[in-house]
Amino acid sequence: MEVLKIATAGSVDDGKSTLIGRLLYDTKSLTNDKLEAIEKASKQKGFDYLDFSFATDGLVAEREQGITIDVAHIYFSTQTKSYIIADTPGHVEYTRNMVTGASTSQAAIVLIDARKGVIEQTNRHFFINNLLRIKDVIVAVNKMDLVDFSEETYNAIKADFEALMDKRDYQDQTITFIPVSALKGDNVVHGSDKMPWYNGQTLLEHLELLDNKDIYNSGTPRFPVQYVVRPKTNEFHDFRGYAGKIYGGELSVGDDIVVLPSQTKSKIKEIYFYDQKYQTASRRSSVTITLENDINVSRGDMIVKENDLPTIDKQFTATICWMDSKALRAGEKYVLQHGVNKVLAKVDIVNHKINTDYSGVNTEANSLGMNDIASVSFKLNKPIFYDAFKSHRTNGSFILIDTQSNSTVGAGFIQK
Amino acid sequence: MKNTSQINPLENEAIYIIREVAAQFEKPVLLFSGGKDSITLVRLAQKAFYPAKIPFPLMHIDTGHNFPETIAFRDALVEELGLDLIVRHVQESINQGKVKEESGKYASRNALQTTTLLDAIEEFKFDACIGGARRDEEKARAKERIFSVRDDFGQWDEKNQRPELFDLLNGQIDLGQNVRVFPISNWTELDVWSYIEKEEMEIPSIYFSHTRSTFIRDGLIWSTNDDVVYREADEVIEDRIVRFRTVGDMSCTAAVLSHAVDIATVVQEIRDSSISERGARIDDKRSEAAMEKRKQQGYF
Repeated sequence: MEVLKIATAGSVDDGKSTLIGRLLYDTKSLTNDKLEAIEKASKQKGFDYLDFSFATDGLVAEREQGITIDVAHIYFSTQTKSYIIADTPGHVEYTRNMVTGASTSQAAIVLIDARKGVIEQTNRHFFINNLLRIKDVIVAVNKMDLVDFSEETYNAIKADFEALMDKRDYQDQTITFIPVSALKGDNVVHGSDKMPWYNGQTLLEHLELLDNKDIYNSGTPRFPVQYVVRPKTNEFHDFRGYAGKIYGGELSVGDDIVVLPSQTKSKIKEIYFYDQKYQTASRRSSVTITLENDINVSRGDMIVKENDLPTIDKQFTATICWMDSKALRAGEKYVLQHGVNKVLAKVDIVNHKINTDYSGVNTEANSLGMNDIASVSFKLNKPIFYDAFKSHRTNGSFILIDTQSNSTVGAGFIQK
Repeated sequence: MKNTSQINPLENEAIYIIREVAAQFEKPVLLFSGGKDSITLVRLAQKAFYPAKIPFPLMHIDTGHNFPETIAFRDALVEELGLDLIVRHVQESINQGKVKEESGKYASRNALQTTTLLDAIEEFKFDACIGGARRDEEKARAKERIFSVRDDFGQWDEKNQRPELFDLLNGQIDLGQNVRVFPISNWTELDVWSYIEKEEMEIPSIYFSHTRSTFIRDGLIWSTNDDVVYREADEVIEDRIVRFRTVGDMSCTAAVLSHAVDIATVVQEIRDSSISERGARIDDKRSEAAMEKRKQQGYF
């Protein structure tokens, strides 16, 4: 079955939890015991409605403070697709969580409160979804019941948002507007008889019709070698397989390939998935490849098509989202993990900070605090084999790891 | 000839994660309980390294209160696949005075496993423990990372977790720390069952409908076993046709009424079910935050 990951960002007030709850409820994904738990918890807090945030805010601290601190994952399925919602808090101090949630998603829902329209936070959600090059963004104009299901209000919000769209970097992003009432259930799973003026799809109808081919950014095939399989058994005495996941396009038996960094040429001999042989390995499959020639390949190497080399370089500029309380500074060194490859990276220059509300850039900064997004140039101790993020989502992204705490402290999207 | 595009994306993801464990860590181990989730993990690990053998051992923390069917199944599987199995017993930890047997109506050895597990991790110097936990099981687990770092005391610091972006798994740790790895984080109960069906995998017989001696407590069906499960005099024993949806310790796992005799009918039953899988886990009913508390202390 197809799996679709969706990122949602927004605060409690936008009705995000209600929307997710409505999706679960109307697709009959909430079991009785979970519903009862929500009812019980809602009643304890003195609410006369069902507070679905109790289903998603899994930590004691979150329930006590009534806020979402961390990314929560919510699962439901229909006859056609399995859905994974990465639910993230929407405020500026949680930018890093939004980036994290969006990094694994193919679609995103931006929620707007119909009473408030496009606000600063909307800018930020849209900016991050665009920065992460999420192919399909749904702008759900929520709480339509509180504005008398007014077409005028909806159109005004839509026009405000469309003005934002001109500023975006990634112009190919598909944006769909849907007027909804999560509380009453209009246009979430079922249609609405209150908004006869809207003849588009409901939120779920839209998600159901999204085609996997359209939402994955295609690119050229990249095969980072994860693990070398050497059984050394009688039956497979000379077997030398390269295990990994294929990103971008596809690789087939007989393809002329180059192994990086050695630049050794060979041909693909076999493609295995478990004990089955395949002609073609398509995007995102975890296969094991054997080559015609007996050459030296190890973890961290990359197999690519002969006429399709990535950039091989020891320096580049990237957009960074900083995720740690200890600041990033020029001259500082980090471990840079790019795919399965790790190198040492030194911050060369902090070029400028980017305001996530589309209000411009700050060229004065030379350090980054938590949640800052900025353009940063790096120098590496060894070359990596990369593509620009805009042409290859996987091979154009990396994380930075603190050499002392071992924690993941930043995410990067390579510009050039 | 064939193309790999039809392969389940969740399966691709899990295999990728398992390979990362083998590549990034020196002494990984797969935590095996004999339940359907860990049986699924074993199949995924087989696929990840084929035609080579699984390059790490399995470890079972035996509470001594397991269903005999599960133990028999475990031993047969290990034998068939030629795997290394380590077993450590909660009874040992009790004998050593490290943990105290719970008493009373709800006594269970489920929480006591943590001490035995942490001791075993130290004994073998395991740096990564692969487990079959899934985010859809329980709301504290929904916050769990795929690579989840534990400190020297095995503790989970839920408010200070590493961000996980894209496919990038950061397994860098200090000496003494270890990582719990959850390759089927993104699978639901139904995904696991559909996979078992598609792969035609064997699973312990207690997952299917059978007649069992039971009694009712708090609206849940308990298995009668007077050596392991405390029972009040007025809790009446009766034979019922049941199966188990989740297989843990006998003292903390309740049965459900069921006539599902094979995987196809089990899958249908879960699709139609109005109770969640963990609804039959007595250990989760202790409090709203029962799982979060156990995990902080090093529970798997």
